[in-house]
Amino acid sequence: MDTTELLKVIEPDGATPGFDTDLSDAELVHCYRTMLAVRAFDDVCMKLQRAGRIGFSIPNKGIEATQVGAASAIDKTDFLFPSYRDFGMALYHRVPPVEMMHNMFGNELDSAHGRQMPVHFSFVDPIRLYSISSPIGTHIPHAVGAAHAFRLKGEDRVCLVSFGDGGTSSLGFHSGLNFAGVWKAPVVFLCQNNGWAISCPSEEQTASEGYAIKAKAYGMPGIVVDGNDLLAVRQATSDAVARARRGEGPTLIEARTFRMGGHSTSDDPTRYVPAELLEEWGRKDPVTRFQRYLEKEGIWTAKLEEQLTAEVSAEINAAAKVAEGTGQPGLETIFSDVYADLPTHLRKQGEFLFDLTARRGDAAAGDGAFPL
Amino acid sequence: MPTLTLLQAVNDGLKSVMRTDPDVLVFGEDVGLKGGVFLATEGLTNEFGKERCFDTPLSEDGIIGTAIGMAMNGLRPVAEIQFQDFIFPAFDQIVSEAAKLRYRSGGQYTAPMVIRTPYGGGIRGGLYHSQSGEAYFAHTAGLKVVIPSTPHDAKGLLIASIQDPDPVLFMEPKALYRSVKGEVPEDVYTVDLSTLRRVREGKDVTIFCYGAMVPVVEKAATQAAAKGIECTVVDLRTLLPLDEDGVLEAAKSTGRVVVVHEAPRFCGYGAEISALIAERCIEYMEAPVKRVTGFDTPFPNTLEHHYLPDDRRVLDAIEQTFEF
Amino acid sequence: MTASLQILAQDGKPVRSVPELAPERMVELFEHMLHVRCVDQRMLKLQRAGRIGFVGTAKGLEASIIGSAAVLDHRDWLWSGLREGGAAVMRGLPLAEYVAQMYCNSNDTAKGRQMCNHFQHKGSNYPSWSSVIGTQIPHGVGAAFATKRRGEDAVHGIYFGDGATSSNGFHSGMNFAAVWKVPAVFVCVDNGWAISVSSSAQTCAESYADKAVAYGMPGVSVDGNDVLACYEATRSAAERARAGDGPTLVVLKTYRMLGHSSSDDPTRYRDDEEVESWAKRDPILRLERYLTDRGVLQKGAREATEKRLYAEIDAVVHEQEAAPRMALRTLVEDVYAETPRHLREQYNAFHAVVERRGEAEPGDGAFPL
Ligand SMILES: Cc1ncc(C[n+]2csc(CCOP(=O)(O)OP(=O)(O)O)c2C)c(N)n1
Ligand SMILES: Cc1ncc(C[n+]2csc(CCOP(=O)(O)OP(=O)(O)O)c2C)c(N)n1
Ligand SMILES: [Mg+2]
Ligand SMILES: [Mg+2]
Repeated sequence: MDTTELLKVIEPDGATPGFDTDLSDAELVHCYRTMLAVRAFDDVCMKLQRAGRIGFSIPNKGIEATQVGAASAIDKTDFLFPSYRDFGMALYHRVPPVEMMHNMFGNELDSAHGRQMPVHFSFVDPIRLYSISSPIGTHIPHAVGAAHAFRLKGEDRVCLVSFGDGGTSSLGFHSGLNFAGVWKAPVVFLCQNNGWAISCPSEEQTASEGYAIKAKAYGMPGIVVDGNDLLAVRQATSDAVARARRGEGPTLIEARTFRMGGHSTSDDPTRYVPAELLEEWGRKDPVTRFQRYLEKEGIWTAKLEEQLTAEVSAEINAAAKVAEGTGQPGLETIFSDVYADLPTHLRKQGEFLFDLTARRGDAAAGDGAFPL
Repeated sequence: MPTLTLLQAVNDGLKSVMRTDPDVLVFGEDVGLKGGVFLATEGLTNEFGKERCFDTPLSEDGIIGTAIGMAMNGLRPVAEIQFQDFIFPAFDQIVSEAAKLRYRSGGQYTAPMVIRTPYGGGIRGGLYHSQSGEAYFAHTAGLKVVIPSTPHDAKGLLIASIQDPDPVLFMEPKALYRSVKGEVPEDVYTVDLSTLRRVREGKDVTIFCYGAMVPVVEKAATQAAAKGIECTVVDLRTLLPLDEDGVLEAAKSTGRVVVVHEAPRFCGYGAEISALIAERCIEYMEAPVKRVTGFDTPFPNTLEHHYLPDDRRVLDAIEQTFEF
Repeated sequence: MTASLQILAQDGKPVRSVPELAPERMVELFEHMLHVRCVDQRMLKLQRAGRIGFVGTAKGLEASIIGSAAVLDHRDWLWSGLREGGAAVMRGLPLAEYVAQMYCNSNDTAKGRQMCNHFQHKGSNYPSWSSVIGTQIPHGVGAAFATKRRGEDAVHGIYFGDGATSSNGFHSGMNFAAVWKVPAVFVCVDNGWAISVSSSAQTCAESYADKAVAYGMPGVSVDGNDVLACYEATRSAAERARAGDGPTLVVLKTYRMLGHSSSDDPTRYRDDEEVESWAKRDPILRLERYLTDRGVLQKGAREATEKRLYAEIDAVVHEQEAAPRMALRTLVEDVYAETPRHLREQYNAFHAVVERRGEAEPGDGAFPL
């Protein structure tokens, strides 16, 4: 196993010497379109948040190639355990943007009935996208358990779980990778090393030489890949997925990339991110890189760009409009889904709330601004 | 005397102690240059250096585990857990280690330390940025659990907690961080742990509360007064060890009790207050104790204002208790 | 996989240069190893006789424990797991306190609150383990941070088993230690088993020492039945730590010869042949052969030492059997620096019942409220 050499396919100018992709032109365009959609989604959410119409969002800028490259390497029947910064994974697998917007607004059509914060998506169709939970790293062992279950049931499916550089310090990382190694579970660990865990730089997160090397502690291969290179991420993930399907166990992939925005809409990164770093990574923009590649391949044209941009922008704006116009979840959703059946004490608490609201009017809503 | 928000008072408290005691250090996730996600530690790294206020890797278990070792070896760590919702990876270290160290070593080793953590709802944080976990911790012998509700108390209780010889969980009501203001002395002062604060005196109903519920209860008490019901409002401030005598006295003075907290009801802190009253002064009671709490569900996002006790719900309980 | 450091072969012949240790010091180490074994032997007997409740022995691990801990001096700290009691004795824990702890009696410095095999010795910076696997690891790291911050040169030896490498404390402790570059030596005593889970099933890393690279620190594998190798590897790690160069993971590969504890029946899960093969690698015998070859130990010395040790241990056991009853107030003391009112009230209510039943003793009196 090689944990040091950086896997890279697309040169800065878009050339891919000696590399042939297995993706069709249409698939390549879909990848590109997905990245544009992520950007558009980010922009719309940022505006909505600034205008106080949603409480919070997480910018994905800079990470799009990692998200889309990795997502493109799994099948619809596989399970996805993403982090909160993985809009591109959902969009690649054609989760309708409006469904994501329902979550951003926490409205009655949100699959989680507005119980979670924005960005905490949960889908079963068109792909199983495990419900995102805020505590860092807790989903890693879940993915391992699900993958082990595939193996025990003899199913040819895998789990892809993604988390950040900060996530490697979590307890879930340690137990998850150790168990996956021991069980040879068909799971791919994608560590998105985007340079930061909120304000903690990657170098202060650990003293190890990067993150892929941590695989050694768990007896699995660790691969470092250029996270701004969609084809390289796809390649590394496909290899790992194939390995998992062959029953050879898990792989840890470290995608080196950079968080080009704040941690979230509530974060001010100028307090701690050096401007030079931003500039440096700005030149390595993953979307531009892929666009150059498509241009070299004769797929990209200014006209295509115009068409795709217009399409995604219309689609996402429309999604936001629909979601904003959708009503709030009913009061009963506070009490449902705590258990399979509504227990008596919760039924009583619900009845109390209905009665109180009838007698004394509705509760006053806050301003909905989230500080982190 | 400067007027500060609760958040500024916490910041001021930290700075004041750090200026006088070189063994005090502050660490946690994002507490350094960023100054904490709520800015409670803003300016600390600048003033005291990276040696005394620094970021850690993303591991609550590591933060609390190493804080215990520091405390055992002569430092006074003030560890921050970014949200109480993320304290659970460190539950083991808090409950099984910090809280039990003195007892299990026969007093030879101790862990005087403070764990600061913002808790509670009201910021649209959903399931994992809104929880009130006091009951888990108040169940833990050896730990102290402190919750301020005013800037003055925040600073004084924080300093008392840092100076305390035992580990203290210092829960900061994040909903009040910027919404309450008050005068805060500039010097180093302490507010005694395990003493409650009587916020308002009234002869009809006694309301026990703490943290972010204090202003909610005050508002309801004002509304009740307009209807001719006079309430005593008690801010418990320290949940463990509890000022039991103070609770009993306040309960007896009206014979009618309402307990308010935003955490779920079942086995919540209100159950302890109710049991204490049932055991020790039932003969003074004119009405059953009434609890106004969060529902026994996870914390919702969009509907959080329906989940959280508000003045409507408190007033409702006051009236029912009064009329009983 | 990294080869294990070995200095003495099983026949006692050196296979590489021997660390510079005075012959008397080597004899001391030999006696400490014997002491561990004799104490374990006695404790097991007492457990079988129902005099004490539980024993977790170190049989087979004597070289790992004694060889590594011998490097730590008085200013250093030893953060123990379950089986390092012998190291505490070597570092000055009076045998009487050791036995009192096993009896959990009123002479126990921890006031009988912990179960057996949870020793502490404040005098040599040896806190007790809590029972919860791996939790002591970040404690050691935090304490080492404090040492570094004060500019002191103490080293923290942090001990744990192969099983503990899967614990939360291991992951956080190792990571924080390397990021902070604290003066710590992580001593992983890989004794082949975590109760009934073999150390090869605990992880699929090629070697436990490999786990160090995940945290950016060096890791070394050592023949844990070779006391000189254990000494040497720990010594250079401690030197590195003292010089401010940060932590090291030292993995001592050895074998737990008996059950996990007196309550465990290892024949249910492991083969006799494996145990026998390790019996042939006995760590005490190895050092004995080396010292005998060098003429440092005379024939019959081991038997004489054993006899002396048993006599000492037996005398202490008799003394501890006669310890007075534990004061009841210890039930509620040391929960906080000052016993708070609610605990005093709880105790007084309890004491009233004890008194009514005629079971109270003079020292048990109620607290003033
Ligand atoms: C257990 C836990 N602790 C703290 C947090 C607060 N928090 C949210 S995101 C984050 C940083 C995560 O960094 P990383 O894993 O690198 O992911 P990134 O945001 O860079 O994608 C922190 C500390 C949390 N969500 N969960
Ligand atoms: C957190 C935790 N889980 C489980 C146990 C029960 N337990 C006690 S010892 C032990 C095995 C420890 O194995 P290892 O770390 O190899 O140490 P050894 O007993 O071999 O010295 C287990 C599982 C425990 N004490 N703590
Ligand atoms: Mg990151
Ligand atoms: Mg073991």
